[in-house]
Amino acid sequence: MLKKWWLGLVAFGLLSVLLVACSSDKESTDKVPTDDEKGSGEEIVLEYWQYAFDAKVKLMDELIEEFEANNPGIKVKQTNFPYDQYNEKVAAQVPAGKGPDVINLFYGWVPKYVDSGYLQPLPQDAFPHDEIESEFFPLVEATKLDGEYWTIPTAVRTLALFYNKDLFEEAGLDPDSPPKDWDELQEYAEKLTKADGKGRLEQSGMAWEPSQQGHQWLRDGLTRQAGGEVLSEDKKSVVWGDDSAGLEAFKYWLSFPTDLGTSEVGFYTDDVTAFLTEKAAMNVDGSFRIGTIKSDAPDLNYAVAPLPGNKKQSTNASFWTNGITAKVEGEKLDAATKFLKFLTSKEVMEKWIDATGELPAKEEVAMQDKYVNDEVYGAFINSLPFANAHFFVDETEERQLVIDAADKVLLQGMDVEEAYNELVEETKKLHENYWSNK
Amino acid sequence: MKNHSASSKKIQKTSLIGKFRGNVKYQKYLFVYTCLLLPILFFLGIRILPTLFTFNVGFRDWNLLATGVKPFIGLENYKVLIQDKVFIKSALNTLIYIVLGVSGQLFFGIVVALLLHKINRFVGFFRVIYFIPYVTSIVAISWVFQWILMKNGIINDLLIKIGLSPQPFLNSPDQAIYIIIGAMIWQALGFQMVLFLAGLENIPKMLYEAAEIDGASPWQKFWHVTVPLLNPTIVFSAVIGSINFIQVSFTQVINMSSDGTGGPLNSTMTVVVYIYQLAFRKFDMGLASAATVMLFLFILALTLFQMKVLTKKFDY
Repeated sequence: MLKKWWLGLVAFGLLSVLLVACSSDKESTDKVPTDDEKGSGEEIVLEYWQYAFDAKVKLMDELIEEFEANNPGIKVKQTNFPYDQYNEKVAAQVPAGKGPDVINLFYGWVPKYVDSGYLQPLPQDAFPHDEIESEFFPLVEATKLDGEYWTIPTAVRTLALFYNKDLFEEAGLDPDSPPKDWDELQEYAEKLTKADGKGRLEQSGMAWEPSQQGHQWLRDGLTRQAGGEVLSEDKKSVVWGDDSAGLEAFKYWLSFPTDLGTSEVGFYTDDVTAFLTEKAAMNVDGSFRIGTIKSDAPDLNYAVAPLPGNKKQSTNASFWTNGITAKVEGEKLDAATKFLKFLTSKEVMEKWIDATGELPAKEEVAMQDKYVNDEVYGAFINSLPFANAHFFVDETEERQLVIDAADKVLLQGMDVEEAYNELVEETKKLHENYWSNK
Repeated sequence: MKNHSASSKKIQKTSLIGKFRGNVKYQKYLFVYTCLLLPILFFLGIRILPTLFTFNVGFRDWNLLATGVKPFIGLENYKVLIQDKVFIKSALNTLIYIVLGVSGQLFFGIVVALLLHKINRFVGFFRVIYFIPYVTSIVAISWVFQWILMKNGIINDLLIKIGLSPQPFLNSPDQAIYIIIGAMIWQALGFQMVLFLAGLENIPKMLYEAAEIDGASPWQKFWHVTVPLLNPTIVFSAVIGSINFIQVSFTQVINMSSDGTGGPLNSTMTVVVYIYQLAFRKFDMGLASAATVMLFLFILALTLFQMKVLTKKFDY
């Protein structure tokens, strides 16, 4: 008898583990509304998630304090995850039925989040489309999907040309007149390059890394500067290969590591390291790098200029943007909307650029004299009106395609045109796949 | 226990309770079994059941972020994977990692262990030196390798000094995988060395003495005494090494490949890295699970094969 009882206990134990493991989905969906009910009585608690970036986390703590003081009854709880694990952490919380109410996402990830039903559109009464379109820079349209705005950013970043003033002088170039067009950039890069005559670079005139900002420079910078476009106006088809501009840009881009011999993939591990350690004289990088330079290479004598243009000017923009998750409703939704309104206010945008170096997303805030004429931020701000944020259907994959295209030419000796055609074809396939699943 | 089964139920009832109350021995058993049961429950909950669940996920269109239904799509994920060039490349690479990596590990492990077995002085010192890589952070080692192997690194300096041309190493789709395998062998050497040293010390001296009396050459002694008696260790090392290589190849590849994702041109991509990318970069849990199941079947087959082929009974 007792033996049986003992066995029964074991069986019960195993069964309960099984049940817990199998029924987690059901339980969690039941739990979520009860959490909401608790909140509706007294105080509403908003979960806000963003990635762990010191300056942003600190600033957000201050902003939350301010927001809570002005909105009694609403509490905001900030949670952070490292950038590399951000998507995993978010994803891991989905089956558990937990997670943020307001989430900060990289704009390139938004289509995936929208497709999976994770986000809800921004409420139109608080964020009317015409207001967004008149107040914000047009690049925020990169997260307009299915006729809805799903997220709204506080700040945006643009790419510009970083250059080392000391190395300019050493090469006999005027540090106050950076290269203005494609030809000048090539000419400068050659003058700034030193090689040891045995096939090795000692100093790279132009840092060149497809896996960092290189792929963005190619798409939103060079291609558009040559008069082309990667995507059609409605963002629904890839027109990269439709005229000669794309190929012209690709050839120009590849001229640095090939014909000119001014650049090398993986030179001193990557472009940022090479520029910080004065091994590379110029680099295409974003406004977000200013903080890194300040902390890691405070003595670096550098300046920033808008990207050298060709037929026209263009640069890449990108941004982290805030959305409301699908399950938020009722009073909590009102609170979340209020919080988003606050995060996109002029005051917050001004604090944001001071604390993090990211540029205001609203035109009226960004184009103030104090920013336009700023020594460091000026180049980035002045690039905003012609900046473009590529609509990624799969950021990882599209980046990989550009990296592979460059590798095929540089490592396998593939014909430039053939590599370009493959790049366009593969990108087309990705986008067609995305829209056909809609 | 035999007594119980023999006795009738009524007697058993009273006697068992009595025994639990009075008998320290039975209480001890109860305690031991309870202690053993807890880890089993834990293991079931966080290892076995999720593993079984993976099979389920592999048959579904399962987006990691999706909150709605995940439709059952049969073998669709497996079909996609079989036609996926990157997956096939990663599977072939994994095979190269295992074949070269494990045989390299075994070979160098045995060589180092034999050498260390012969010396009497500084034994501890050498063992520490060989073991240190094994307990060093993989990430740190990977980055040190990246720095010494870069175009402007110390290895290329040496190559130029002796009149050779500089090599791209990790930036070359032809060289990168072998360099990563080399780094992995170097790092796992200490562990293999310890295993083989233990194996060598278990071989009775008298067998060697007997062989000497029979006039065996050193090579014959190695081939006919050492190798057969080391066989259990070799099997163990090969199995553990293969599984380790499949699992560990992740960290090295992420940290040593030029673009951090198994490049250049997927030449260093392993199945594990690809599974990670499918799951957490593309959020496709269905595909990732299907790939995991295939990897599981592969490891299972490989282990069974190794056990069958490598395990031989030797009697002396």
